[in-house]
Amino acid sequence: MSGFDHRAAATYAAPSMSRWSQATQETAREIIARYPEKRSAVMPLLYLAMAEDGWLTDEGMAEVAEWTGITPAQVQSVASFYTMYKREPTGRYLISCCTSISCMLLGSDDVLHALEDESGVPHGETDAEGVISVEHAECLGACGGAPAVQVNYELIEGVTPEKARELVNWLRAGRPDVVTADEMQSLFGGRTSFDWAVAENTGAIGPVPAFEKYGTARSDGR
Amino acid sequence: MTAHPRVITKRMFDHPTDSHTIERYQADGGYEQARGAMTLGRDALVELVKNSGLLGRGGAAFSAGMKWSFLAPPKPAYLVINGDESEPGTFKDRQLLERDPHSVVEGIIITAVANEVHHAFVYIRGEYPKPARRLQRAVDEAYAKGFLGKGIFGTDYDLEVTVHLGGGAYICGEETALINSLEGRRGEPRLKPPYFPAAKGLYMQPTIVNNVETVANLPHILSMGVDAYKALGHEADTGTFLFSVSGHVVKPGNYELPHGITWRELIFDIAGGIRDGKKLKTWIPGGASAPWFVPEDHLDLEITKDATGRAGSMLGSGAVVVMDETTCVVQAAERIVRFFSHESCGQCTPCREGTTWLEMILKRIESGHGRPNDVDVLLDVSDNISVGLAWPPKMTTICPLGPSAVSPIISITKYFKDEVMAHIHGGGCPIGKSH
Repeated sequence: MSGFDHRAAATYAAPSMSRWSQATQETAREIIARYPEKRSAVMPLLYLAMAEDGWLTDEGMAEVAEWTGITPAQVQSVASFYTMYKREPTGRYLISCCTSISCMLLGSDDVLHALEDESGVPHGETDAEGVISVEHAECLGACGGAPAVQVNYELIEGVTPEKARELVNWLRAGRPDVVTADEMQSLFGGRTSFDWAVAENTGAIGPVPAFEKYGTARSDGR
Repeated sequence: MTAHPRVITKRMFDHPTDSHTIERYQADGGYEQARGAMTLGRDALVELVKNSGLLGRGGAAFSAGMKWSFLAPPKPAYLVINGDESEPGTFKDRQLLERDPHSVVEGIIITAVANEVHHAFVYIRGEYPKPARRLQRAVDEAYAKGFLGKGIFGTDYDLEVTVHLGGGAYICGEETALINSLEGRRGEPRLKPPYFPAAKGLYMQPTIVNNVETVANLPHILSMGVDAYKALGHEADTGTFLFSVSGHVVKPGNYELPHGITWRELIFDIAGGIRDGKKLKTWIPGGASAPWFVPEDHLDLEITKDATGRAGSMLGSGAVVVMDETTCVVQAAERIVRFFSHESCGQCTPCREGTTWLEMILKRIESGHGRPNDVDVLLDVSDNISVGLAWPPKMTTICPLGPSAVSPIISITKYFKDEVMAHIHGGGCPIGKSH
């Protein structure tokens, strides 16, 4: 019995004029090799493109099109469907405040207001320095620890308006290279949906989810 | 209060600091059921899971064994694990992925072997990087041990697992939308028929889509045996079920429970009752898509799939959202309808236009600008999305997202019409919640 050999599929040539770093190109090759059809790599490659440029640029989408063998228009049609592909300049720290039902019941609207007020950034916008973006998000799956906030998709549960203000100032003043859920939870969080048990020092380096090879770093630099 | 045995959440409570590691998992006998499954083969595994009564835990509660039995030729077939948990109120898969990821990996192996699949995909919502990292680490560890990859468990069976992150779209939890997304397309649901995944799914090949919690049950079913597993639960709803309880309760959280207890027991005994000594006003029994329950009618109802369905709602993904007397039901309904309006993929007119109108009308009622006939307009728009406001809904759309937005409308007009009308006639919220 032999299955699909995903490692043997790693034979795609890079686009001849790739703008991406050698390391990113290598990652793109590895990601494509995990799928039977290279178009399936569009979503992870869009995150790679965002990690390269800080947001999803037209050039980034064109690059993804080259890698996956579809047109830039097709890539854009995919990117525009999903909320996490930011096709406008986005701050180094994307603060997402859940305002769906369970968070709303426990005061998320006041948390969002505190974030907007302290940062001076209305939801949906980015500050002039490109440091902070604020958005309201639909359910983040943290209903037992409502209200929930994410910074670059790293989660903080049980956030109060006061702690939300502290979070904004901490990001502005400290400009941390990496944000991790566990550190922010200890500084600004409260009740959690369940016992997190073990702290992790892996986190995000930009407004891209910190998963494997895109947008991920360890806070201790390893 | 009776103590209810923990099964799929047992390890994380017994061994909080290392329940996510392969060392702990194997010390608990982990991966032995997957190894055993290699020699059982498809027919025996499908029969066993059918007999266990295991129902899908993603919301539709369909027999997992039955779903497997539908898998059609030709090969290759694919397995897709749905970890796109996004139904407001639901956070159970997140806990399983973070705290016991190896049980999910072992469940994937068992499911793959039962369906003669050699490539499985796990689709995790994009806002869950930490659960995805934990699962990827577990997958990597399983590869290193020879439980995944070429020739698993020393046999000639190959199994690859690819972890895929979503992009922030609730609709990708619908299995055909998920498949489109995994193919690198917009996450729009496919019209069924002809595209039932078991016949034509991922890359138009036969595909099984199972929820994270569903497959996490499999190692336990195999280790304890069908009879012991069935004895944990209720006659028609076997095993245990993860309830995500949130809102105005004293102790929100995920609770692993058998079916057949009452809502009173769940809300007041297990979740500690209502915070600050307030009164219970209403609750959502099964995620934002479900019609609401009220204490006068439903508190002593047994929590089973059938009893909940007969009472006009559903258990769905097990998300129980509890609201106390301080809740403005118009604001709560608006927040749920806004969710569906935001998450509508836009393919079907009744959903795309209907959810937008419902949201706008609820917003104006909440802000004190409601019109005298707005309740009729809400119900009329709802009827265009979900004909006759029947339960279960009659579909005018490709998928159930549109009809889901109708649930809060039905609920507030049925149980809280006076409060809605007070908004309209009084120029705003009678309990001071609107802005």
